[in-house]
Amino acid sequence: MASEISRPGRADEPEKGGEQKPFRTLKLGTREPLRLDCGVPFGPFEVAYETYGELNEAKSNAILVCHALSGDQYVLQPPPEVSSRPGWWEIMVGPGKPLDTTRYFILCANVLGGCMGSEGPASINPATGKPYGLSFPVITVRDMVRSQALLLDALGIEELFCVTGGSMGGMQALEWAVCYPERVFAAVPIASAARHSAQNIAFHEVGRQAIMADPDWHGGDYLIHGTRPVRGLAVARMAAHITYLSEPSLHRKFGRQLQDRTTYSFAFDADFQVESYLRHQGITFTDRFDANSYLYITRAMDYFDLAAEHGDSLVEALRRTRARWCVFSFTGDWLYPTSGNREIVRALNAVAANVSFAEIESDKGHDAFLLDEPELHKILTGFLNGAARHRGFRSP
Amino acid sequence: MSAAGAGRRLRPDLSVIAAMIPSGTRVLDLGCGEGELLDFLVHEKSVDGRGIELSQEGVNACVSRGLPVIQGDVDTDLEAYPDEAFDVVILSQTLPAVRHPREVLRELLRIGKRTIVSFPNVGALKRRLHFLLEGRIPAGPAFAWFDTPYIRPCTIRDFIRLCEDEGFVIERRLTLDRQGRVVPLGRHRRLANLFGENAVFVLTRAR
Repeated sequence: MASEISRPGRADEPEKGGEQKPFRTLKLGTREPLRLDCGVPFGPFEVAYETYGELNEAKSNAILVCHALSGDQYVLQPPPEVSSRPGWWEIMVGPGKPLDTTRYFILCANVLGGCMGSEGPASINPATGKPYGLSFPVITVRDMVRSQALLLDALGIEELFCVTGGSMGGMQALEWAVCYPERVFAAVPIASAARHSAQNIAFHEVGRQAIMADPDWHGGDYLIHGTRPVRGLAVARMAAHITYLSEPSLHRKFGRQLQDRTTYSFAFDADFQVESYLRHQGITFTDRFDANSYLYITRAMDYFDLAAEHGDSLVEALRRTRARWCVFSFTGDWLYPTSGNREIVRALNAVAANVSFAEIESDKGHDAFLLDEPELHKILTGFLNGAARHRGFRSP
Repeated sequence: MSAAGAGRRLRPDLSVIAAMIPSGTRVLDLGCGEGELLDFLVHEKSVDGRGIELSQEGVNACVSRGLPVIQGDVDTDLEAYPDEAFDVVILSQTLPAVRHPREVLRELLRIGKRTIVSFPNVGALKRRLHFLLEGRIPAGPAFAWFDTPYIRPCTIRDFIRLCEDEGFVIERRLTLDRQGRVVPLGRHRRLANLFGENAVFVLTRAR
């Protein structure tokens, strides 16, 4: 069965209390609470996760995949009770893929503050018996990483063979290598940054304001009011979605083409295809995402600044890391551009780290890390093969 | 010897350099191309090797074969490295392609305990004759004068003079023929400059 992707049966999983949950979760922070960056002791809390492939006997072949802002733990299969969309990284993960499930044990957890089974603002606050809403503590990327470290402890995994992810997933990979240098053999941040720029923060603030301006948001207590700020969240997603694409890719897809019409409406319908597309993106997003989670996770990203705790020196932040690094950027990514990724590489050079860096030619914008980019896949495969040799894994 | 590396054959000029590098050392190969030398060093000599390459295709080829290589410019990207970060720094056939050879050499000697530089010797008799008889710029086999990456051609004597001016210690100097095989021309500079088509220098900083 080694080549079979293990699909954890949710029904046969013994859950405490006997109640059937749609997500595979573990209760963490049971012995002592997790001290969050905001100062709040937090826990116990649930973390939802999925795994693919098999953990070897030495528990040394684990690759932690960290998801991006709107991602989840369903790397390789559709999430439960949601449309039939595929897993978000099926192009990268699977038998014979760069993250080869016949060779590696792939682990992905829903981030703290998320809405796919991990403790988040839509979870029930045990103190009140009601959804947290804004009483959920503000979390950081480092808090996400700490919670993942607890998950690894629970699974008995001492060291990750690799930690990787794109965008916010790349930030987690960076944070992992900095926080737990002894637990990371290889780190692969893709289309990421060492800190959120003013522009990054600005775009997120637009999204948050859109959510909070929706009367259905109710100061964050919409679940108690039996509403959901669908319009606000959709607008937030629409604005953000533009930042994930490049000008050429938008132009190629839509140009100025009209949607189901030959002339302008001289009104405010979605005349243009690009409008119709964005509206669709916005609305479908609200089916699967919680508005408060969107606030919390964008906040975590805005607070992300790897150097901040190290006298504003990225070099100092990375000095203690021991990982073999492979940093990727895309030429057409203006949200987390090559320049920012190169800064990470320079800082790694300054500490004489073992680092590879590849800029992938692509005009698909930031989203390229999720798309079919053969060059990325080829290089990542080569990097992981090299790392596996050094780790003493047998060639497949 | 790993199975992958068995029977590995290096370009002659690269094997001259490879022979100078002790096993298990930390090496930086600048302008490493598609990683031919680096791959050999990593697999055959258990070197902790790194590379910098200007062309993205070269970088991608290197990383695809598992070599730690970054895209970068030798002229501008060395300052990030700490002093003596490497046991050996290699600049193979890349010196004439850099914009500021003197500054780059200073950086190399700063970040490496030992620096190996190889370059084609434009002062070789054949090249002198070619220029004399043809009256055309020597641009290398694959290039014309207007697109050659070799923007700073130099001769063995030029290079020795620069080392003397900068106080670099020339630990070893080898002259090679066109195929990259060592030509024993002794210590005589003018002879070497006349008959060595390629040169390999091992430099260290003055103590």
